[in-house]
Amino acid sequence: MGTYVLRRLLQMIPVFFGATFLIFYLVLGMPGDPLASMCGERGCDPATAVALRAQFHIGEPLYIQYYEYMRGIVTFDFGETFSRRPVLEVMRDAFPITIRLAIVAFVIEICIGIPLGLIAGLRRGKFFDSGILMGTLLIISIPIFVVGFLMQYYLGIKLGWFRPTVSGEAPWNELLLPGIVLGTVSLAYIMRLTRTSVVENIHADYVRTAVAKGLPHRRVVTVHLLRNSMIPVVTYLGADIGALMGGAIVTERIFNIHGVGGTLYQAITRGEAPTVVSFVIILVIVYLIFNLLVDLLYAVLDPRIRYA
Amino acid sequence: MPEPSPTKPPLQDLKPLPQDVGVAAPVGTGAPERIGKPRSLWSDAWHDLRRNPTFIVSALLILFLIVVAVFPSLFTGTDPKFCVLAESNKGGVPGHPFGFDRQGCDIYSRVIYGARASVAVGILVTTGVVLIGGVIGALAAFYAGATDSVLSRVTDVFFAIPLLLGAIVFLQSFPFRNILTVSAAIMIFGWPIVARVMRGAVISVKEADFVTAARALGASDMRILRRHILPNAIAPVIVVATISLGLFIVLEATLSFLGIGLPSSTVSWGGDINDAQSSLRSAPHVLLYPSVALSITVLAFMLLGDAVRDALDPKLR
Repeated sequence: MGTYVLRRLLQMIPVFFGATFLIFYLVLGMPGDPLASMCGERGCDPATAVALRAQFHIGEPLYIQYYEYMRGIVTFDFGETFSRRPVLEVMRDAFPITIRLAIVAFVIEICIGIPLGLIAGLRRGKFFDSGILMGTLLIISIPIFVVGFLMQYYLGIKLGWFRPTVSGEAPWNELLLPGIVLGTVSLAYIMRLTRTSVVENIHADYVRTAVAKGLPHRRVVTVHLLRNSMIPVVTYLGADIGALMGGAIVTERIFNIHGVGGTLYQAITRGEAPTVVSFVIILVIVYLIFNLLVDLLYAVLDPRIRYA
Repeated sequence: MPEPSPTKPPLQDLKPLPQDVGVAAPVGTGAPERIGKPRSLWSDAWHDLRRNPTFIVSALLILFLIVVAVFPSLFTGTDPKFCVLAESNKGGVPGHPFGFDRQGCDIYSRVIYGARASVAVGILVTTGVVLIGGVIGALAAFYAGATDSVLSRVTDVFFAIPLLLGAIVFLQSFPFRNILTVSAAIMIFGWPIVARVMRGAVISVKEADFVTAARALGASDMRILRRHILPNAIAPVIVVATISLGLFIVLEATLSFLGIGLPSSTVSWGGDINDAQSSLRSAPHVLLYPSVALSITVLAFMLLGDAVRDALDPKLR
C-alpha cells in the first residue's frame, strides 16, 4: 500500500509540471507579444506594463519565466491581477463559492443518481429501466446552458421557487438551483453507470452465494451487490469533482455567480495571465488528488483489489 | 485473482473462449457449434444492428443531418444572413415558420444552415481524436516499458486539464477562429480518453495466442499491430468515438455560446442560442428552435453510440 501510494505520488510530479507548463505556454508562450493579448486593444498603461514584464520575466526564455513563476508559487505568491489585487485574495473569494456549488451538485448526483440507477438495474428491461435509460440519454443530449436557461426561466422567474440569479455572497440556499443545473449531466451519467454495473454484477457468484446463505434481500443488495458495483461510479465521481469545479464556467455565467468559473472566464477573455495560470494550477492539483483518492478507494470497495 | 481449479477444468476451457481474446472482442459468439462457420465480430455486430430499431432511427436521422449540413439550400431558399430589423423577435408567419430572431433573421433558415458547423466540428474532432489517441494508446500498450511510461504520462498531462477550460485557453491565445481552429482546440484536449481506451484494449489483446503465433511466423511489429491487434482492439474505441461525437458537438456549441468559439459570421446553433438569451423573457421561441435542433442532433449520435455498444459488446446488455 505504502509503495503504491509513493509510486502514484511520483507519477503525479511530471503530470503536474507538464499540465501547468502546457497552460503556461498557451497563455504566455504563443508567438507575438504576450502583453498585447493581455492588455487588449487599448494597451496597458506603462506602470502595469512594467510590472507585468517584471512579474513574468517577459523577454527571457519561456522555461525561465516558468521557473520563476513556479518559484513564487511555492511561497504562495501567485502574482497580481491587472487591478493590482493579489491573485491569492481573488482565489480566497472565488473558491469557497464554487466549492459550495460543487458540493450541492455532488450531493444531488449521489443521492438521486445511485438509488435510481440501482432500481433500474434491479428491474432490468422493465418499464422503469427503459424510462431511466431514455430519460438520462435525453438529459445528456440537452446542452447544459439550455437546461440552465429553462430552469432559470420556469423555476426561477415564472414559478418563483428559486432566486433566478445569485447574490455576491452566494449562500447555500441560493446555490440550490445552480447546483441542480450543474449536476444534471453528471447525474444522468451516474444513473447509467450504476445501472450498467448492477446489471453486470447481479449474476456474480458472490451475489448468488449471499442469496444462498439466506441473507436478507436488503443486505444482499446494499452490501454485496451495490458495494461491488460502485467502482466505475466512484471513478466517475472522482474525475467529476475536477470537472465540476472547472466546468462551472457555463453555470456560473448563467446565474451570475462570481466563483472559480466566472472569475476564470473573465480572466481568460481579458488575458489576465496570473489569474488564469494560478487557477488552473489549483484545479490540476484538485484533479490529481481526487484521482489518487479514487484509486485508493477501490481497495475499500472490492476486497479482491490489493495494492502491492 | 481467482485461480482456475487445476484438477478438473470446466468443459468450456477446452474450447477457445471468446473472452480470452480480449474484453470487447467476442469473436464468433454467433453460435459456432450450430453452423460450424463462426461469424466475425463485425458481421455479428452488423447482424444485430440491422435489427435494432434504435440504430435504424438514429442512423437515418444522422444521414438526414449530414444531407442538411452539406446541402442546406435544398431545405430553405432564405438566406440566413438576410435580416430585417423590423421583424425582430416576431413569431412564425407563413413562409417563416419559426419566426425571426433578435436581428430579424429567419430562424428556420438559420437552424438549417447551423447544422453545418455542428456536424463538421463533430466529425472533424472525432476523426482527429481517434487518430491521435488511437496511435498513442496503441503504441504505449504495444511497446510497454519506458515507451508506455512516457506516453501514459503525456496522456495524463492532457487529461488533467478540464476539456472546456483547455479549449477556451487555447482559443483565446489564437488570433482567429473558424471551424478548423475550434476543432483543433477540442481535439488537443479531447484525445486522452481515446488513448486510454485504446491502450487498455491493446493490452488485453496483445497476449493472445494468435499474436504469439504471428510473431513466431516472423511477422514484423507493424504487421502484428495492423493486421492482428488493431482489428481485435478497435471495438471499444469505436464505441467511445461515437458517443464522444455527440459530446464534441455540445462542446462546440458551449464554446460558441460563451462567445469564444465560432465567430458570429459563421451560422451556428451555439452562437444563436447565445444571441437569444438576452430576449429569453420576451421571445422564448428564438432560444427554442436552435436548442431543439442541437439537442436532437446530439441525441441522434448518443443513440447511435448506444446501439453500436450493444452490438459490439454483448456482455453489457
